[in-house]
Amino acid sequence: MIYLENIGRYFLMLKSVFSKMTKWSMLRNLIFKEIDDLIIGSMGIVCFISFFVGGVVAIQTALNINNPLIPKYLVGFATRQSVILEFAPTFISIIMAGKVGSFITSSIGTMRVTEQIDALEVMGVNSLNYLVFPKIVALALYPFVITIAMFLGVFGGWLASIYGGFSTSADFIQGLQIEFIPFHVTYAFIKTFLFSFVLATIPSFYGYYMKGGALEVGKASTTSFVWTSVVIILINYLITQLLLT
Amino acid sequence: MIEVKNIKKSFDGVEILKGISTTFDKGKTNLIIGQSGSGKTVFLKSLLGLHIPEEGAILFDGKDYKSLSSKEQRELRTEMGMVFQGSALFDSMTVSENVMFPLRMFTNQAVSEMQDRVDIVLKRVKLIDAHHKFPAETSGGMQKRVAIARAIVMNPKYLFCDEPNSGLDPKTAIVIDNLIQEITDEYNITTVINTHDMNSVMEIGEKIVFLKNGIKAWEGTNKEIFKTDNESVTDFVYSSDLFKKVREVYLKELKE
Repeated sequence: MIYLENIGRYFLMLKSVFSKMTKWSMLRNLIFKEIDDLIIGSMGIVCFISFFVGGVVAIQTALNINNPLIPKYLVGFATRQSVILEFAPTFISIIMAGKVGSFITSSIGTMRVTEQIDALEVMGVNSLNYLVFPKIVALALYPFVITIAMFLGVFGGWLASIYGGFSTSADFIQGLQIEFIPFHVTYAFIKTFLFSFVLATIPSFYGYYMKGGALEVGKASTTSFVWTSVVIILINYLITQLLLT
Repeated sequence: MIEVKNIKKSFDGVEILKGISTTFDKGKTNLIIGQSGSGKTVFLKSLLGLHIPEEGAILFDGKDYKSLSSKEQRELRTEMGMVFQGSALFDSMTVSENVMFPLRMFTNQAVSEMQDRVDIVLKRVKLIDAHHKFPAETSGGMQKRVAIARAIVMNPKYLFCDEPNSGLDPKTAIVIDNLIQEITDEYNITTVINTHDMNSVMEIGEKIVFLKNGIKAWEGTNKEIFKTDNESVTDFVYSSDLFKKVREVYLKELKE
């Protein structure tokens, strides 16, 4: 029952987020701040992970090709497919659920504990719009992060293949180009856009409705990470089923 | 003036407020006192509209909060100032930005006008040098004064304070009490303070409402509280030997 109650409360929260908008001049500053915190602040870890995981995917693929009949360009092909279809949109989103999600939950949760949310409400501010809407708008830029993750993943794979002696540059690039389906990129961005909404709203939900003190803020962050990851995985499955089959 | 008519509020089937009626007059410092768990905070949050009572009515200068539209409720809230127990200042903003926040949110004033207003209220709470400090860089007493400045920056009709003295040393507590009373007189606002502090009760309690187990057990002024023979009140207020002696001396002086 508690799950159903939470799902209902989540949708009621979304309704409040989009009602009684905060003054644009205030909102604009909040959006820029959130872009800095959530998008720019995540670039370092996203770039680092993308580059090295792309490299690992290329090496693993190369090491598992023993049959001489399998073309050499497969390393580039497998790297491209893995990075664009799953690694960049889904794997990075799970990492972001930990990094950005726990940041959102703990910052809103701390505001709840220290009565800052009550202060907003008493002043007549729609606290959900003030706190959550700028995060949704800021994370609408999340597909750009994923674009960079895709590029760096493939680049990391290329570098690892060439300098590790697993493939030639020509073979790798041939693999990147062969049987390229542009819709795969569209599919990746559709799910990335949905994940960005989940990344902004589920952690906000757990932060906003938490009760208790500092310990509960920590617990809420953990719960938010778990549920954000679960919802991302489920959406990933549904979108894949709907768009690629 | 705030009129409270028989309000009842429950949480998870447990009745916290069991039908409270009282009046808080304009231009007076009204105190709500009572033991922990007596329903003071729920009562104050009900006055603020953060909890909606299941029964009864709260009238702000004749306007019933519950019967107002959500837009009217939000407008009414802009006429309220609140000083929270932990000050509830926004961590990411400086003192000046915290005080300016309601002006930026609800007025279309130019920045220079807002800054002038902020200067006036910060001067009023004797914090003119703290403009660029962040809440974490200020003391508990300073944070309370910033919270008071933020609460009065919009010229509110109603000022609510939840235990404004908690966590402060006795000297700073008196400064805060005096500041609240002076502001109440100057701005002629209806001030409601939720407190445990007996010094506040004696010094600034122009009207005192004593809550016990979710009901109003007594009400009167700080003069009347010395003379009352209501056992619940005397047990609570004069629980320390010091206050018992203060009371004896006061009553003795009164007889003489």
